[in-house]
Amino acid sequence: MERSYEKYFRQNRLPHMWCPGCGNGIAMKAIVQAIEKKPGLTQDNTVIVSGIGCSSRASGYMDFDTLHTAHGRAIPFATGIKLANPELNVVVITGDGDCTAIGGNHFIHGCRRNVDLTVVLFNNNIYGMTGGQASPMTPLGKKATTAPYGSVDRPFDACNLAEAAGATYVARSTAYHEPHLVDMIAGGFDNKGFSFIEAMVQCPTAYGRKNKLGSPADMLKWMRDNAVMKAAWDKLPADKKTEEKFPIGLLYQAAAMDYDTAYDQVIERAGGAAK
Amino acid sequence: MSKARLMQGNEACAEGAIAAGVRFFAGYPITPSTEVAETMAKLLPRVGGKFVQMEDEIASMGAILGASLAGQKVMDATSGPGFSLKQELIGYAACAEIPCVLVNVQRVGPSTGQPTAPSQADVMQARWGTHGDHPIIALAPWSVRETYDATVMAVNYAERFRTPVILLMDEIVGHLREKVELPEAGELDVYPRRSPKKTRAEGYEPFAPDTDLVPNVADFGQGYHIHVTGLIHDDTGFPAGSPKVTEDSIHRLHEKIARVGEEIIHTEEYFMDDAEYAVVAFGGTARTAYEAVANARKKGQKVGLLRLMTIWPFADQAIARLAARVKGIMVAELNYGQVVNEVRRAVNGHCPVEFCGKYNMQTFEPAEIEAGIDALCGEGNK
Repeated sequence: MERSYEKYFRQNRLPHMWCPGCGNGIAMKAIVQAIEKKPGLTQDNTVIVSGIGCSSRASGYMDFDTLHTAHGRAIPFATGIKLANPELNVVVITGDGDCTAIGGNHFIHGCRRNVDLTVVLFNNNIYGMTGGQASPMTPLGKKATTAPYGSVDRPFDACNLAEAAGATYVARSTAYHEPHLVDMIAGGFDNKGFSFIEAMVQCPTAYGRKNKLGSPADMLKWMRDNAVMKAAWDKLPADKKTEEKFPIGLLYQAAAMDYDTAYDQVIERAGGAAK
Repeated sequence: MSKARLMQGNEACAEGAIAAGVRFFAGYPITPSTEVAETMAKLLPRVGGKFVQMEDEIASMGAILGASLAGQKVMDATSGPGFSLKQELIGYAACAEIPCVLVNVQRVGPSTGQPTAPSQADVMQARWGTHGDHPIIALAPWSVRETYDATVMAVNYAERFRTPVILLMDEIVGHLREKVELPEAGELDVYPRRSPKKTRAEGYEPFAPDTDLVPNVADFGQGYHIHVTGLIHDDTGFPAGSPKVTEDSIHRLHEKIARVGEEIIHTEEYFMDDAEYAVVAFGGTARTAYEAVANARKKGQKVGLLRLMTIWPFADQAIARLAARVKGIMVAELNYGQVVNEVRRAVNGHCPVEFCGKYNMQTFEPAEIEAGIDALCGEGNK
């Protein structure tokens, strides 16, 4: 089995701290495999920025310039990095709580501003690091330590949110569909603008156990059985779009000038010389 | 020197930042600091720099920290409520040793308070606003020209010590307009971004302290593959859960600034030669105190003024020396009592310390400080 992706990891920082059966490792590997697919992206010109939470510990294992920011703030930090040095390829790793709760305002404005970032949200439907509290992406009725009788908060669909807020590339995949997830992330690298990829990952320890979802393998099989490719999803009759089914693939793409290109024109209008 | 210009304190702050090499500013509108952002939005693209208006105060602080890590000198400006919101990331900058300047043009608080009115009540928040033990540098200019100089100094200290520096302005100085002559670019000492002294092959560790206890952290994109985190970390930059690393790390953060001692503690004395009493003031209040002391001198009172320009680290030694020279000290500040307690600590009982405070959204009148001087000098008892 080829393991050429191993060079992208800090071997001396492994093994990772995630629970056995966690999907975060699959999503992290998908990111470096997507980087490997793009000859222009190297370990020297790519920066990994993360927030706080289980997902966000990924940055420490990845052999790039890496930044483990404060809770919810990865996108603002990444915005500063990209605008300060547009030569850098900036990847954000975030989680459902980090991105859509405490970082929700930064997320929608990141989409709107269209800075050339690739944001990968590891969606495990729960706050894992703190022991299983409900997040804004915990499905209705599912249990969490702070929702012991089932969540009554209506969840976000982060992809719909990204599209509505102005992201120019929106895709979803799952830990089960790993090669597809790699392609979705690689597609985000091709888009010069704000790219958002939701990677559904299993959390067997907190979310799975609380909701009796079985083993990690059972949770992956659930993804297999309920994810529907975008083209098929569009043809699916309304009565077949049950609550558990969800579309994966490239969900939305739009052409819009990225912030940095637009700001270069500001510099020109102001009569300033580019650096 | 350039030719004389009429300029506002907030504008001078922006001009100073650009002269010191700031090329990235992220901000959010808030009175009475907004002119700093507006001026940066106008001036930065002219020098190839970038301004971005972020979605909130927290985001603007995050953006400047990211930009700093990517190699730019950076600044953000705010006031009261915004200063509160930025506290978490000020601590992040202190822990992760990210150079940055944050301007706080103080207004009346708490909460939304009195947005357009002057106050000096964020002195303690500047020191202790973010959680945990951390060092801080805060400078409080008293004129438009000194705002320019203090901003250059703030950027230089941020870069030299790799630490957040607070430019603790107040509405008086921020909105004051004065005729100023600014230095030419070549006349300024500008501290360059620190850079690694080793290669990766030579065992470079991004947070290993140099002889001045400050690490030479590589900028992102230089090929060092560094890791930056707000977790307590060792010299490699990676989190370390050991008591020794935690203790050493917190100690070094403080010591890298404490060890330079009075070099960064800037104070000025006026009318102090034969003074028997002293007024201590800073920022916009020091202007009124200066006039009050000048008037008191005309009345024959032997009183002088010690003006603090560096607020943090506190001027303990200057205050202790003052206490050894005079019979009494009065601290005038636009708050309910903040610097006065630091002065009392530094005086340590060697002379009486009186407080002249004001917190009604008005600046001091010279007569109010003169009345305080009368009481200090015992005139009321004659």
